[in-house]
Amino acid sequence: MAELRDWQHLPVAGAVRPEEAARPLTGGWRTGERPAVDLPKCVNCLLCWTYCPDSAIVLDGETFAGFDLDYCKGCAICAEVCPVGAIAMVAE
Amino acid sequence: MTDIRLLTGGEAVAHAMRQIDPDVVPVYPITPQTPIIQTFAKFVADGAAQTEIVNVESEHSAMSAAIGAALAGARTITATSSQGLALMAEVVYIAASMRAPIVMALGNRALSGPINIHCDHSDSMLIRDSGVIQLFAENAQEAYDLTVLAPRLAEHPAVLLPVLVCQDGFTITHSAEPVVLLPDATVGRFVGDYRIPHSVLDVARPTTQGPFAMPDYYYEFRRQQAAAIEAAATVFADLAAEFALLCGRSYGEIERYRLDGASTAIVALGSTAGTVKDVVDELREEGEAAGLLKVTSFRPFPSATISAALAGVDSVVVLDRADSPGGTPPLHAEVAAALYGSGCELSGAVYGLGGRDLHPSDIRAAFKGAALSHIGLRGEPCRV
Repeated sequence: MAELRDWQHLPVAGAVRPEEAARPLTGGWRTGERPAVDLPKCVNCLLCWTYCPDSAIVLDGETFAGFDLDYCKGCAICAEVCPVGAIAMVAE
Repeated sequence: MTDIRLLTGGEAVAHAMRQIDPDVVPVYPITPQTPIIQTFAKFVADGAAQTEIVNVESEHSAMSAAIGAALAGARTITATSSQGLALMAEVVYIAASMRAPIVMALGNRALSGPINIHCDHSDSMLIRDSGVIQLFAENAQEAYDLTVLAPRLAEHPAVLLPVLVCQDGFTITHSAEPVVLLPDATVGRFVGDYRIPHSVLDVARPTTQGPFAMPDYYYEFRRQQAAAIEAAATVFADLAAEFALLCGRSYGEIERYRLDGASTAIVALGSTAGTVKDVVDELREEGEAAGLLKVTSFRPFPSATISAALAGVDSVVVLDRADSPGGTPPLHAEVAAALYGSGCELSGAVYGLGGRDLHPSDIRAAFKGAALSHIGLRGEPCRV
């Protein structure tokens, strides 16, 4: 954790530049379930990538390649939108 | 050659806006502000200003669009009254916290309910603690002048806050009086170019603006906002001095009217100050040591200046055009805090709610110490 700054040393209005951002790994907010893929079922439609609110679907080029669990919050939208049932939520 | 015109306060502010020529004006009409935007929209339609007017569907949207425009790098002005300001209020706090230097022209009007279209200051007072600078005009000339001053006050790097220029609804917005306009080029040079520290559209230097602040930072950001509005007092004084060199009209956070040697003084905001000045003149003719302290800058509130200006005055009466049910009216409370421990005899009275007239005889009674707690109210006044 970075040292907390006092009020005189904060950017005006809290405008944050990328190099100054703390970048916490918000995947720690998951509450017990994470997505898991049954890769042979995947048809690479990328609906999960389209719908994921945290950009936590990892692609290799244009091919589904898994989940970024550092940022996935376990919301299960990917599992819900998957048209072929390739994604299921499993206990951590 | 001096350009003197017969203008209402609303028209005078529209002329100031034409001369400032802001980039964006997101606005929604509401009485008694409507003449401001109506007149200004005609200027834009006639090509006298290059502004993009955004016809939004509500004041909440007007203020939201104003934040986006101001932070994108566009000089931005909006205008409203009463319920419009109430609907904006949520976003006004956000504008202050995002340090968006928006100029807001207000035609003061009573808040509902009962629904009413006439003047009191309850709308301004609703956003008293939002962190927005509030300047009160006494007449159309002051509304014009303060609007010309407002962009540079808002945009000063030490300030970066919205500035609300308040004029009493109907009493000023709709009353025609002689107003001296500065030459267009003079206003253009005075306001200069619009600059902000970080444009949200600067893709070479991207920023996240308006981020979430947890308990470890929220308090520090509130203090940062308070420091900004405190800095506005000095910036306003410097700008007023520069403005006085342009036109000879002087402004300050307060105006002292015949306070020298005064034994009794009234403290008031807005157009009422003009009526009080007439009564002060009459009383002085009659040998009474009466004076007026007009508060131009309600936020930041000039406590130290007021306590110095009223030192030696025996008795002070604060006139509030807004009540605070179950508490002390806002101007009275501020002046009481400023004068705490001074030994001065202080009283306060509410008047003029919902456009109720305040007569010179009422002011005379207040100077004589005979004012009621609720001037002009029918029935028995109730003291808090």
